[in-house]
Amino acid sequence: MSAASGLGLDAPSAPVAHRVHGPSALSGDLRRFCALTFTLARTEFKLRFFGSALGYLWTLVRPLLLFGVLWVFFTKVAHVNSSTNPGERFYGVQLLGSIVLFTFFAEATGAAVRSVVDRENLVRKIHFPRLVIPASVVLLATFNLVLNLIVVMIFALGAGVTPMLSWLELPLIMAAIIVLAAGVAMLLSALFVHFRDVQPIWEVVSQILFYASPVIISIETVRAKLDDTLFHLYMLNPLAVIFQQFRHAMVTHATPSAGQALGSWAALLEPAAIVAGIFVIGFAVFSGAAAKIAENL
Amino acid sequence: MLAFRRPLASTIPRPATPELAQPAASAAVSIECVSKTFRLPHQQYSTLKERALHPFRTTEYDELHAVRDISLEIARGEFFGIVGRNGSGKSTLLKCVAGIYGVDSGRITIAGRISPFIELGVGFNADLTARDNVAINAIMLGLSRREARARFDDVIAFAELEEFVDLKLKNYSSGMLVRLAFATAIQVDTEILLIDEVLAVGDAAFQQKCFEEFFRLKREGKTIVFVTHDMYSMERFCHRAMLMERGNMVQLGDPREIGRAYHKLNFGQLPHQTAAEAASGSGTMIVEAWFEDASGKRITSAGQEERLSMCFEARLAEDLLDPVFAATLRTELGHTIIVARSDEHGGASGQFKAGESVVARFELPNWLTPSRYMLTPSLARAGTGADALALVEDMSSVVVHGQASGGILELPVDVRIERV
Repeated sequence: MSAASGLGLDAPSAPVAHRVHGPSALSGDLRRFCALTFTLARTEFKLRFFGSALGYLWTLVRPLLLFGVLWVFFTKVAHVNSSTNPGERFYGVQLLGSIVLFTFFAEATGAAVRSVVDRENLVRKIHFPRLVIPASVVLLATFNLVLNLIVVMIFALGAGVTPMLSWLELPLIMAAIIVLAAGVAMLLSALFVHFRDVQPIWEVVSQILFYASPVIISIETVRAKLDDTLFHLYMLNPLAVIFQQFRHAMVTHATPSAGQALGSWAALLEPAAIVAGIFVIGFAVFSGAAAKIAENL
Repeated sequence: MLAFRRPLASTIPRPATPELAQPAASAAVSIECVSKTFRLPHQQYSTLKERALHPFRTTEYDELHAVRDISLEIARGEFFGIVGRNGSGKSTLLKCVAGIYGVDSGRITIAGRISPFIELGVGFNADLTARDNVAINAIMLGLSRREARARFDDVIAFAELEEFVDLKLKNYSSGMLVRLAFATAIQVDTEILLIDEVLAVGDAAFQQKCFEEFFRLKREGKTIVFVTHDMYSMERFCHRAMLMERGNMVQLGDPREIGRAYHKLNFGQLPHQTAAEAASGSGTMIVEAWFEDASGKRITSAGQEERLSMCFEARLAEDLLDPVFAATLRTELGHTIIVARSDEHGGASGQFKAGESVVARFELPNWLTPSRYMLTPSLARAGTGADALALVEDMSSVVVHGQASGGILELPVDVRIERV
């Protein structure tokens, strides 16, 4: 016993007392936060893909179907873009890439809206960092994004896109859209606890964003139709910047990079500031709500 | 009158009140003047649209004082019970300690790692297998993935579900589910455990196992705070207990006393009504309680298989129509053997005048196993029996002697063994 206590092995040495604080967005250690986020996302992923016969294919079918319809319509029926434009090269790949990125954004934010409320049983019964919930939703969407991007790259190589050094920008592009989605996800999931009309409102906003970004229409066409002020406004949409940079870096340099489209690289700071701002506001709103989420559900 | 009160069960030594035996510095959980109020909006949910149209409209709230100014220290290694009726605030208090709710005023400090769980089976997903669910639960408990994997076999072995690890939970029976949940929750090696309503689980054999597990935790010196409605397990495990009512701490102390106070509360008397107030209030009182044998002789010990009567005398202070006389027979551990009621076992009791004295007798065959039994007489107005006029806990007792087979009752058995 005495030898043990000399070695510091005696268990009943009084642990340090610490105050219990109520729940918050980021309480506890980071390791637990990461493990929990990952586990929740992985579980959801597993449920989705091992729960149905076709599994992963279903997640792929949606963006592919949308792509098919849009591609047929906008290249064979309605000629929105001028096909002589060099930036229109590999239009199919550009379209598919943008759709996959947008699908990620829509999926992450759309699922985040109800996430905290739907996890009521956890929130009311366990003490854990509340931010885990929206974070796991975004992480799950990221798993899908990675899988879908692999399909896009296979499609691109099949269509004849040559590998470029700028493909290395992909992680940066993904990081930008993930940060943006995470900011919106935090904001929406916290707001939904109080305001139940956030869900239909966001569905509409999400649709608007789809058409307000270069998904179907190429940036050259947009620039040709809008005056400078409106075009500048258009490029303030972080999704527009991200999609355009993807098209430039991943598909063809014939279409301008986001910096070129804006006129200067410095101008990129504006949409970057918007992304950062949304993230900070989202985090602040979520942190503010976190302490009371369990009782307000 | 209460001369037969002995320490609960001699096999379970109860340590001296830890609160006094140890200095305050070793408190595992210390709750200081904690209050918690919920604001319940009159409207369940508002909308952004409404907010935009009426930006200055204030929402009206009802305030619900779930926990009012509770101060309490739970020593390290103590098994502490919190009892109370539904809505008395006991779960809210537990959730405050767990950090699930923030407190409005006061402070809670804990020493040592605390289990984040307060209920069994939280976070179980019916579409996943037991294997996955146990892993997820372990991670929520704060274990790393490797630790979680290492514990998996122990959990499954404890739950006795080896054959069903890869079965989805939706195909589990409720008993299996609860076994898995208990096994998962008990794997924590945190110093402080918070448990909300657990012991009504599984079949008899598994329940026994759970009890053993509780004794093990107790021996290991873990601090356990546990909320329950089950007085039997509360009295069996807890060193100390607290009774809550409407957010207030009504009583703190010996589990047996708390168990009695709880029964009293449930029988319909107000918690803050003292015996004197009760006596002066209605004036109806139970004067005496005793046991009789078949010949009508008062006894303090009874032989098995003889007729036994539970009797008490009440003095009435008001005119009563069909009041309900009741006699509750309990074991020393607080297990209720029978609640004999005049309305159920006899019928309408008739009309009585103020000032009358009435003796109620409940005769039954004595099939009890040798032990001591306590009689709680009570008298209530006609109705459900909740509107009590008088009740005295454990007013009399009787010792039964005879053969013990190991069960709680020695029912007459006819044995027939035939060659076929």
